[in-house]
Amino acid sequence: MPELGKYAVHVLSSYGLSLALLVGIVAVSLVRSRSVKARLEALEKQDG
Amino acid sequence: MSLWEYANPKKFMSFTAPILPVVTVAALVCLVSGLVWGFFFTPEDYRQGSTVKIFYIHVPSALMAINAWFMMLVASLIWLIRRHHVSALAAKAAAPVGIVMTLIALVTGAIWGQPMWGTWWAWDPRLTSFLILFLFYLGYVALWAAIDDPDTAADLTSVLCIVGSVFAVLSRYAVNFWNQGLHQGASLSMDAEENVADIFWYPALVAIAGFVLLFIALVLLRTRTEIRLRRIRALETRARRS
Repeated sequence: MPELGKYAVHVLSSYGLSLALLVGIVAVSLVRSRSVKARLEALEKQDG
Repeated sequence: MSLWEYANPKKFMSFTAPILPVVTVAALVCLVSGLVWGFFFTPEDYRQGSTVKIFYIHVPSALMAINAWFMMLVASLIWLIRRHHVSALAAKAAAPVGIVMTLIALVTGAIWGQPMWGTWWAWDPRLTSFLILFLFYLGYVALWAAIDDPDTAADLTSVLCIVGSVFAVLSRYAVNFWNQGLHQGASLSMDAEENVADIFWYPALVAIAGFVLLFIALVLLRTRTEIRLRRIRALETRARRS
Protein backbone atom coordinates (compact mmCIF):
# COMPACT_ATOMS: atom_id res chain seq x y z
CA MET A 1 0.00 0.00 0.00
CA PRO A 2 1.52 3.36 -0.98
CA GLU A 3 1.92 6.08 1.64
CA LEU A 4 -0.99 8.44 0.99
CA GLY A 5 -0.35 10.80 3.90
CA LYS A 6 -2.97 13.36 4.87
CA TYR A 7 -4.92 12.82 1.63
CA ALA A 8 -5.53 9.10 2.22
CA VAL A 9 -9.28 9.60 2.78
CA HIS A 10 -9.63 11.63 -0.44
CA VAL A 11 -7.72 9.16 -2.60
CA LEU A 12 -9.26 6.00 -1.13
CA SER A 13 -12.81 7.35 -1.22
CA SER A 14 -12.33 8.41 -4.87
CA TYR A 15 -11.16 4.94 -5.85
CA GLY A 16 -13.76 3.19 -3.66
CA LEU A 17 -16.75 5.15 -4.98
CA SER A 18 -15.59 4.94 -8.61
CA LEU A 19 -14.98 1.20 -8.49
CA ALA A 20 -18.35 0.67 -6.78
CA LEU A 21 -20.09 2.63 -9.56
CA LEU A 22 -18.21 0.73 -12.28
CA VAL A 23 -18.96 -2.65 -10.71
CA GLY A 24 -22.59 -1.53 -10.29
CA ILE A 25 -23.15 -0.68 -13.98
CA VAL A 26 -21.39 -3.89 -15.08
CA ALA A 27 -23.49 -6.01 -12.69
CA VAL A 28 -26.79 -4.34 -13.65
CA SER A 29 -25.99 -4.72 -17.36
CA LEU A 30 -25.04 -8.40 -16.98
CA VAL A 31 -28.07 -9.34 -14.85
CA ARG A 32 -30.47 -7.56 -17.24
CA SER A 33 -28.79 -9.14 -20.25
CA ARG A 34 -29.14 -12.64 -18.80
CA SER A 35 -32.77 -12.22 -17.74
CA VAL A 36 -33.80 -10.74 -21.13
CA LYS A 37 -31.94 -13.50 -22.99
CA ALA A 38 -33.68 -16.19 -20.92
CA ARG A 39 -37.09 -14.53 -21.47
CA LEU A 40 -36.55 -14.37 -25.24
CA GLU A 41 -35.41 -17.99 -25.42
CA ALA A 42 -38.51 -19.09 -23.50
CA LEU A 43 -40.78 -17.06 -25.79
CA GLU A 44 -39.11 -18.38 -28.95
CA LYS A 45 -39.48 -21.94 -27.70
CA GLN A 46 -43.16 -21.28 -27.00
CA ASP A 47 -43.54 -19.69 -30.44
CA GLY A 48 -42.02 -22.74 -32.08
CA MET B 1 -19.61 -5.01 -47.99
CA SER B 2 -21.27 -1.90 -46.58
CA LEU B 3 -21.04 -0.61 -43.01
CA TRP B 4 -24.84 -0.27 -43.04
CA GLU B 5 -25.19 -4.06 -43.08
CA TYR B 6 -24.47 -3.97 -39.34
CA ALA B 7 -27.59 -1.86 -38.86
CA ASN B 8 -29.48 -5.10 -39.43
CA PRO B 9 -30.21 -6.43 -35.89
CA LYS B 10 -29.51 -10.05 -36.86
CA LYS B 11 -26.20 -9.12 -38.49
CA PHE B 12 -25.29 -6.93 -35.50
CA MET B 13 -25.96 -9.81 -33.08
CA SER B 14 -23.86 -12.30 -35.02
CA PHE B 15 -21.06 -9.79 -35.61
CA THR B 16 -20.80 -8.66 -31.97
CA ALA B 17 -21.14 -12.09 -30.31
CA PRO B 18 -17.46 -13.10 -30.81
CA ILE B 19 -16.18 -9.52 -30.35
CA LEU B 20 -17.79 -8.88 -26.96
CA PRO B 21 -15.68 -11.33 -24.87
CA VAL B 22 -12.45 -10.08 -26.49
CA VAL B 23 -13.28 -6.42 -25.79
CA THR B 24 -14.34 -7.29 -22.23
CA VAL B 25 -11.07 -9.08 -21.45
CA ALA B 26 -9.02 -6.26 -23.04
CA ALA B 27 -11.00 -3.71 -20.98
CA LEU B 28 -10.35 -5.59 -17.74
CA VAL B 29 -6.63 -5.99 -18.48
CA CYS B 30 -6.14 -2.30 -19.36
CA LEU B 31 -8.32 -1.01 -16.52
CA VAL B 32 -6.66 -3.13 -13.83
CA SER B 33 -3.12 -2.50 -15.14
CA GLY B 34 -3.66 1.26 -15.57
CA LEU B 35 -5.22 1.75 -12.13
CA VAL B 36 -2.76 -0.56 -10.31
CA TRP B 37 0.19 1.13 -12.06
CA GLY B 38 -1.15 4.59 -11.25
CA PHE B 39 -2.12 3.83 -7.66
CA PHE B 40 0.81 1.70 -6.51
CA PHE B 41 3.75 2.53 -8.75
CA THR B 42 3.73 6.27 -9.40
CA PRO B 43 5.17 8.94 -7.11
CA GLU B 44 3.35 11.80 -5.42
CA ASP B 45 3.18 15.13 -7.20
CA TYR B 46 5.38 17.80 -5.58
CA ARG B 47 2.40 20.18 -5.26
CA GLN B 48 -0.66 17.92 -5.10
CA GLY B 49 0.79 15.14 -2.96
CA SER B 50 -0.97 11.78 -3.19
CA THR B 51 -4.19 13.35 -4.57
CA VAL B 52 -2.54 13.12 -7.99
CA LYS B 53 -3.59 9.43 -7.94
CA ILE B 54 -7.21 10.57 -8.43
CA PHE B 55 -6.05 11.67 -11.91
CA TYR B 56 -6.12 8.04 -13.17
CA ILE B 57 -9.86 7.83 -12.53
CA HIS B 58 -11.02 11.42 -12.92
CA VAL B 59 -9.51 12.14 -16.36
CA PRO B 60 -10.55 8.87 -18.10
CA SER B 61 -14.09 9.04 -16.70
CA ALA B 62 -14.50 12.72 -17.67
CA LEU B 63 -13.18 11.96 -21.13
CA MET B 64 -15.62 9.07 -21.51
CA ALA B 65 -18.54 11.09 -20.13
CA ILE B 66 -18.10 13.63 -22.95
CA ASN B 67 -17.25 11.13 -25.69
CA ALA B 68 -20.15 8.84 -24.74
CA TRP B 69 -22.46 11.77 -25.49
CA PHE B 70 -20.76 12.28 -28.87
CA MET B 71 -21.21 8.58 -29.64
CA MET B 72 -24.91 8.99 -28.74
CA LEU B 73 -25.05 12.06 -31.00
CA VAL B 74 -23.66 10.15 -34.00
CA ALA B 75 -26.04 7.23 -33.35
CA SER B 76 -28.98 9.64 -32.96
CA LEU B 77 -28.14 11.39 -36.23
CA ILE B 78 -27.96 8.02 -38.01
CA TRP B 79 -31.39 7.19 -36.58
CA LEU B 80 -32.88 10.53 -37.65
CA ILE B 81 -31.38 10.41 -41.15
CA ARG B 82 -31.40 6.70 -42.04
CA ARG B 83 -33.91 5.24 -39.54
CA HIS B 84 -31.68 2.33 -38.50
CA HIS B 85 -33.14 0.91 -35.29
CA VAL B 86 -29.83 -0.50 -34.03
CA SER B 87 -28.30 2.98 -33.93
CA ALA B 88 -31.20 4.34 -31.83
CA LEU B 89 -30.88 1.35 -29.49
CA ALA B 90 -27.10 1.82 -29.24
CA ALA B 91 -27.63 5.45 -28.17
CA LYS B 92 -30.19 4.31 -25.60
CA ALA B 93 -27.78 1.61 -24.37
CA ALA B 94 -24.90 4.07 -23.97
CA ALA B 95 -26.76 6.61 -21.83
CA PRO B 96 -26.65 4.80 -18.43
CA VAL B 97 -22.94 4.09 -18.98
CA GLY B 98 -22.44 7.80 -19.72
CA ILE B 99 -24.31 8.67 -16.52
CA VAL B 100 -21.93 6.51 -14.49
CA MET B 101 -18.87 8.07 -16.17
CA THR B 102 -20.21 11.59 -15.56
CA LEU B 103 -21.02 10.79 -11.94
CA ILE B 104 -17.53 9.36 -11.35
CA ALA B 105 -15.95 12.48 -12.88
CA LEU B 106 -18.15 14.80 -10.80
CA VAL B 107 -17.60 12.94 -7.52
CA THR B 108 -13.84 12.44 -7.92
CA GLY B 109 -13.52 16.04 -9.10
CA ALA B 110 -15.27 17.29 -5.96
CA ILE B 111 -13.14 15.06 -3.71
CA TRP B 112 -9.96 16.22 -5.49
CA GLY B 113 -11.07 19.86 -5.48
CA GLN B 114 -11.66 20.03 -1.74
CA PRO B 115 -7.99 19.77 -0.66
CA MET B 116 -6.54 21.45 -3.81
CA TRP B 117 -8.95 24.36 -4.35
CA GLY B 118 -10.34 24.55 -0.81
CA THR B 119 -13.88 23.82 -2.03
CA TRP B 120 -15.93 20.81 -3.14
CA TRP B 121 -17.66 22.76 -5.86
CA ALA B 122 -17.41 26.06 -7.73
CA TRP B 123 -19.70 27.47 -10.42
CA ASP B 124 -16.77 27.39 -12.79
CA PRO B 125 -17.62 27.22 -16.56
CA ARG B 126 -16.31 23.66 -17.01
CA LEU B 127 -17.83 22.29 -13.81
CA THR B 128 -21.18 23.94 -14.50
CA SER B 129 -21.40 22.71 -18.10
CA PHE B 130 -20.41 19.23 -16.90
CA LEU B 131 -23.20 19.27 -14.30
CA ILE B 132 -25.68 20.35 -17.00
CA LEU B 133 -24.42 17.49 -19.20
CA PHE B 134 -25.16 15.12 -16.29
CA LEU B 135 -28.70 16.51 -16.05
CA PHE B 136 -29.10 16.02 -19.83
CA TYR B 137 -28.07 12.39 -19.40
CA LEU B 138 -30.75 11.93 -16.72
CA GLY B 139 -33.33 13.69 -18.91
CA TYR B 140 -32.38 11.52 -21.88
CA VAL B 141 -32.91 8.28 -19.92
CA ALA B 142 -36.15 9.61 -18.40
CA LEU B 143 -37.49 10.56 -21.85
CA TRP B 144 -36.83 7.05 -23.23
CA ALA B 145 -38.68 5.63 -20.20
CA ALA B 146 -41.60 8.04 -20.49
CA ILE B 147 -42.66 7.27 -24.07
CA ASP B 148 -44.30 3.97 -25.01
CA ASP B 149 -43.83 4.08 -28.76
CA PRO B 150 -40.14 3.20 -29.38
CA ASP B 151 -39.84 5.16 -32.65
CA THR B 152 -41.32 8.32 -31.12
CA ALA B 153 -39.02 7.87 -28.11
CA ALA B 154 -36.03 7.49 -30.43
CA ASP B 155 -37.04 10.65 -32.37
CA LEU B 156 -37.48 12.81 -29.28
CA THR B 157 -34.40 11.54 -27.46
CA SER B 158 -32.35 12.14 -30.63
CA VAL B 159 -33.44 15.77 -30.66
CA LEU B 160 -32.61 16.04 -26.95
CA CYS B 161 -29.20 14.52 -27.68
CA ILE B 162 -28.49 17.15 -30.37
CA VAL B 163 -29.43 19.96 -27.94
CA GLY B 164 -27.33 18.43 -25.13
CA SER B 165 -24.30 18.26 -27.41
CA VAL B 166 -23.81 21.97 -26.79
CA PHE B 167 -22.99 21.13 -23.17
CA ALA B 168 -20.76 18.19 -24.16
CA VAL B 169 -18.73 20.64 -26.28
CA LEU B 170 -18.76 23.22 -23.49
CA SER B 171 -17.62 20.61 -20.94
CA ARG B 172 -14.58 20.00 -23.11
CA TYR B 173 -13.77 23.54 -24.25
CA ALA B 174 -15.25 25.83 -21.56
CA VAL B 175 -11.75 26.43 -20.18
CA ASN B 176 -10.66 27.72 -23.60
CA PHE B 177 -13.83 29.73 -24.28
CA TRP B 178 -13.85 31.51 -20.91
CA ASN B 179 -10.42 31.95 -19.49
CA GLN B 180 -11.67 31.92 -15.91
CA GLY B 181 -12.67 29.51 -13.16
CA LEU B 182 -10.76 27.02 -11.08
CA HIS B 183 -10.47 24.13 -13.48
CA GLN B 184 -7.22 23.81 -15.42
CA GLY B 185 -6.97 23.28 -19.18
CA ALA B 186 -6.15 19.98 -20.85
CA SER B 187 -3.81 17.65 -18.94
CA LEU B 188 -3.51 15.28 -21.86
CA SER B 189 -3.08 16.35 -25.43
CA MET B 190 -1.62 15.24 -28.74
CA ASP B 191 0.83 18.10 -28.22
CA ALA B 192 3.57 16.65 -25.97
CA GLU B 193 4.35 20.13 -24.59
CA GLU B 194 0.95 20.30 -22.89
CA ASN B 195 1.12 16.87 -21.27
CA VAL B 196 1.76 15.96 -17.69
CA ALA B 197 5.11 14.28 -16.96
CA ASP B 198 5.63 10.87 -18.60
CA ILE B 199 5.63 9.07 -15.27
CA PHE B 200 1.95 10.08 -14.82
CA TRP B 201 1.10 10.09 -18.56
CA TYR B 202 1.81 6.42 -19.38
CA PRO B 203 -0.37 4.80 -16.66
CA ALA B 204 -3.06 7.39 -17.46
CA LEU B 205 -3.00 6.29 -21.11
CA VAL B 206 -3.47 2.65 -20.10
CA ALA B 207 -6.33 3.61 -17.75
CA ILE B 208 -7.95 5.66 -20.54
CA ALA B 209 -7.71 2.65 -22.87
CA GLY B 210 -9.39 0.59 -20.12
CA PHE B 211 -12.26 3.07 -19.75
CA VAL B 212 -12.75 3.30 -23.54
CA LEU B 213 -12.80 -0.50 -23.92
CA LEU B 214 -15.12 -0.91 -20.93
CA PHE B 215 -17.49 1.62 -22.48
CA ILE B 216 -17.44 -0.26 -25.81
CA ALA B 217 -18.01 -3.62 -24.08
CA LEU B 218 -20.92 -2.27 -22.03
CA VAL B 219 -22.54 -0.55 -25.02
CA LEU B 220 -22.29 -3.75 -27.09
CA LEU B 221 -23.75 -5.84 -24.25
CA ARG B 222 -26.55 -3.37 -23.55
CA THR B 223 -27.38 -2.87 -27.25
CA ARG B 224 -27.69 -6.64 -27.64
CA THR B 225 -30.08 -6.61 -24.66
CA GLU B 226 -32.15 -3.80 -26.23
CA ILE B 227 -32.37 -5.73 -29.53
CA ARG B 228 -33.58 -8.82 -27.66
CA LEU B 229 -36.13 -6.72 -25.75
CA ARG B 230 -37.48 -5.38 -29.03
CA ARG B 231 -37.78 -8.92 -30.34
CA ILE B 232 -39.66 -9.91 -27.15
CA ARG B 233 -42.08 -7.01 -27.70
CA ALA B 234 -42.64 -8.09 -31.31
CA LEU B 235 -43.32 -11.71 -30.29
CA GLU B 236 -45.68 -10.64 -27.50
CA THR B 237 -47.59 -8.33 -29.87
CA ARG B 238 -47.88 -11.14 -32.43
CA ALA B 239 -49.11 -13.55 -29.74
CA ARG B 240 -51.76 -11.06 -28.57
CA ARG B 241 -53.04 -10.55 -32.11
CA SER B 242 -53.32 -14.25 -32.95
